[in-house]
Amino acid sequence: MSEVRYTDQHEWIRLDGDEATVGITKYAAEALGDVVFVEVPQVGKAVKAGGEAAVVESVKAASDIYAPASGTVSAANDALAAEPSKVNDDPEGGGWFFKLKDVSMDEFGKLMDEGTYKKFLETL
Amino acid sequence: MTYSTETLQRTPLHALHLELGGKMVPFAGYEMPVQYRAGILKEHLHTRQKAGLFDVSHMGQAFLAGDTAALETLTPADVAGLKEGMQRYGLLLTGAGTIKDDFMFSRLAGEKDLYLVVNAGTKDGDFAYIAEKLAGAATLIKRPDRALLALQGPMAAEVLERHSPGISDLTFMKVVRATVAGAPAIISRTGYTGEDGFEISIEGADAERVARALLGEEEVLPIGLGARDSLRLEAGLCLYGHDIDESTDPVEADLVWSIGKRRKLEPTFPNGARIMDKVVNGTARKRVGIRPDGRAPAREGTEIADKSGRIIGRVTSGGFGPSLNAPVAMGYVESGFAADGTAIDLIVRGTAMPATVVPMPFVPHNYRRPKQVSKEL
Repeated sequence: MSEVRYTDQHEWIRLDGDEATVGITKYAAEALGDVVFVEVPQVGKAVKAGGEAAVVESVKAASDIYAPASGTVSAANDALAAEPSKVNDDPEGGGWFFKLKDVSMDEFGKLMDEGTYKKFLETL
Repeated sequence: MTYSTETLQRTPLHALHLELGGKMVPFAGYEMPVQYRAGILKEHLHTRQKAGLFDVSHMGQAFLAGDTAALETLTPADVAGLKEGMQRYGLLLTGAGTIKDDFMFSRLAGEKDLYLVVNAGTKDGDFAYIAEKLAGAATLIKRPDRALLALQGPMAAEVLERHSPGISDLTFMKVVRATVAGAPAIISRTGYTGEDGFEISIEGADAERVARALLGEEEVLPIGLGARDSLRLEAGLCLYGHDIDESTDPVEADLVWSIGKRRKLEPTFPNGARIMDKVVNGTARKRVGIRPDGRAPAREGTEIADKSGRIIGRVTSGGFGPSLNAPVAMGYVESGFAADGTAIDLIVRGTAMPATVVPMPFVPHNYRRPKQVSKEL
């Protein structure tokens, strides 16, 4: 059973067992436009909720990707270096950025579920 | 710069931009499309492969009447020597000889007035400055009623020919009065993408009809500000307020080619003697092209360091070059580091990223120059 949560910065985090995968939402990918460069964190790096964890750059500008919850980076999507357009093509699938272990379940539980995130998008 | 939305101006094509799915952003006091539905990458590549239509109506258009050669007191360009039917690039200088703006000026066949086009963000200041400095000699007639379109790309000529028969005979930097889709126009074979193309000045009331006629051609896509910026950066062309401003002079900016030959011999432009001294003896810093060795773009403001970590300059324009599929930048470095091939570092998010000083343009220009080599240029 996997469970997905969302941040108001348009990151998603999907928990599968004790590992979580992080990426940006379709809304964020569309707002950014064509992604041309992605910088993923190093495996083993400790990240804090709301802290800078990755960088995504479109033709126009660079944007930080924040960790939705604290944890330790257990994997990074190195395929994005060669194919950054995956972020646009499949933001909530193959365009994932990194995985986390030792995720703070407290912080995870406070994030928006899908219904709340959809309502949040309507307010923008 | 930020602008409140209430004060933003609109060009005559505003409704058309919205209809075409333009993502509107504030730019130089105007509400302008940064991209349309295709997106910046596709718009950029399409312009290099086929043809793109740009709304540049926010730029400042004017005519200068009277003793137009008096403009030489404000620019180092050769104004008096400009032949009929020709357009030229010039720098508008402050009293100190730094760059107040860059602009295009044209002498239309059989007409005494000069036709000027200046940048959008600086137009009010430029026009007030020119009017004040040339008072008594020449009069500036602003033309905010006019729209300006740019049709750029290798297929621009065959497309425009269908709506303005004979126009494809015009060569690079030439300008003519003609009609396009029945509307009276001033058309020059110029642009700011590095591609062949045209700039088309028309009455605001005709703008939408002309734009729709050109967009109706299958080769043409509408192109927003995002691709306009990446195209001009790949072409090595300066963006005013970024690569050149009132803190830079023509020599540092590597724009000495815009100083007329006659003007160099008799430098009657602002701070002319000092500028000519720099032409001969060099400057402390120089604008250069930069290719990051890796994939990470270096944005405007990125510090440039030598290999020992000492800061030697700053990026003034930087991003991703879609035609090169690689990051590109331009910036100022201490002159000792300005030679092509010099290895430098770019400090991106606190990390030194290796890069190399390279010649510009990054993508070769594709202008339609006259067959005979002309001394005009």
